[in-house]
Amino acid sequence: MDTNVLFIFILAIFVGIEVISKVPSMLHTPLMSGTNAIHGIILFGGILVLADAETTLAMALGFVAVIFGSANVFGGFMVTDRMLQMFKKKK
Amino acid sequence: MSSTIAFIIIGVSVLFILGIKFLSSPKTARIGNLVAAAGMIIALCVLLKTDGTSVWSHGWNFNYTLIVIGTIIGLIIGAIGAYSVKMTSMPQMVALFNGLGGGAAALVASLEFIKGAHPQELAGIDLPVVHQSTAFIAGSMLFATLIGSLSFSGSIIAYLKLEGKFEKPHTFPGQNILNGLILLVILGLCGLLTFNATNGNATMAFIVMFVLALFFGVAMVLPIGGADMPVVISLLNSFTGLAVAADGFAINNLAMVVAGTLVGSSGTLLTLLMCKAMNRPVSNVLFGAFGSSGSAAAAAGGPAGTVKPIQADEVAMLLAYAQRVVVVPGYGMAVAQAQHSVRELTEELGKRGVEVQFAIHPVAGRMPGHMNVLLAEANVPYDQLIEMEQINPSMDRVDVCLVIGANDVVNPAAREDKSSPIYGMPIIDADHCKTCIVMKRSMAAGFAGIENHLFYKDNTRMLFGDAKASLNALVAAVKAS
Repeated sequence: MDTNVLFIFILAIFVGIEVISKVPSMLHTPLMSGTNAIHGIILFGGILVLADAETTLAMALGFVAVIFGSANVFGGFMVTDRMLQMFKKKK
Repeated sequence: MSSTIAFIIIGVSVLFILGIKFLSSPKTARIGNLVAAAGMIIALCVLLKTDGTSVWSHGWNFNYTLIVIGTIIGLIIGAIGAYSVKMTSMPQMVALFNGLGGGAAALVASLEFIKGAHPQELAGIDLPVVHQSTAFIAGSMLFATLIGSLSFSGSIIAYLKLEGKFEKPHTFPGQNILNGLILLVILGLCGLLTFNATNGNATMAFIVMFVLALFFGVAMVLPIGGADMPVVISLLNSFTGLAVAADGFAINNLAMVVAGTLVGSSGTLLTLLMCKAMNRPVSNVLFGAFGSSGSAAAAAGGPAGTVKPIQADEVAMLLAYAQRVVVVPGYGMAVAQAQHSVRELTEELGKRGVEVQFAIHPVAGRMPGHMNVLLAEANVPYDQLIEMEQINPSMDRVDVCLVIGANDVVNPAAREDKSSPIYGMPIIDADHCKTCIVMKRSMAAGFAGIENHLFYKDNTRMLFGDAKASLNALVAAVKAS
């Protein structure tokens, strides 16, 4: 196992905490929705396992994983954008 | 991994971090979302297989056709969901997308785990023998399977609860003990599989674990009342992030490790912030079955005083001649779709020189920031929205406080009544203003099932009826006065 990955993992934990520590509560829902879209990167995992799938079962499950991941990532970014386009300053 | 690709992945990680950073300020939030989306597209272009070759450089086969079809189906589902959902149902949509992500994370980890060269006959299905890998990698896969499937089933239950299917907490004696036992079995199976993952029985044990994890997600969320769903969704969101990070370990994908970990840690902090706003420890939300005992506690010591109704004309008069008006919106405003009528009323008052502000409780609605999103949709400028801590010290200088469909977040029992289940929760001090108008459909208790002491205060008047209809009547009456 590559310990560098573990190193990156630990640092990312602190970056994640640091980066949202000053979020006003008005942005909590968009933020939750935005981070929800970011973990849609699981689509890539789905693509990788489906690309290598050899049995019918693996192909079927990989196919479902790709659909789920794709809905997560595209839907997530779109729904977040829809929320945020409504934040306007007073004219 | 070539150094060019390594640099690109570093760039992608920076884009994700900047995206989340920008999302934390109203001015840059929309750009932040697009920055993160751009990072996602770049990461897709340089997607590598476990052996270090690009996933796009292999010959086209049926699997790739499936990838394209699956991605397009997901895109369509996501787009329909994202653009058809009403602003009031936003939390449900986030729960649903999160559940799908969790499901995907569990499937990816499972497929990696059961991948192997020698298919073995098992219960009539061709299942491959679990392949051998290091304990660390096997542990990552099991973790991702466990957390991902738990997040999947838990999110679906959270979605159904917010849709109003069974919002009441479901409890029975010994439930926490049963859940604890299930968790122990799951963890035991995990431990067994981590260090002994090479025989045929392992596949069976793996399936049992998967099913138990799905069941545990349901059992974990069912006893929690609908009012606590925001916390649950936020927690499950961070769970999915961690599952994705664990998947990243298992298939050696750095972008997934970084993205998943960022979501996992920021989501955990967000969950804690939300619990802090309600002044309750996370453990109490998850295991307390909050809300089930609320009505009983309130019945024991009902608040003193009488409820005093008021008519719309009279309220309009109070508002039109006030100097400072504060609106406290709650979920009732969302249900009645009254946000546009509220904006109309505040504009009308603004024209008459009345200073109007919105007091936003961190957990008003079904999700933190839910009210901000709704009011933003109705074109209320965000600098009129004031957070609880900022507005509370000046509440005694407010002439009229208009409570629209909010209940628990203005309940003075949180300050006064030690026996109340919400005692200690910070609230907006609506009762400190000169006159408090509560707009409500009926005298039914709030989402948490607790009697509201505010309704019985001397300076409180109740304006009964549908929030939207009442507000439209107020707008007309203010215009006429």
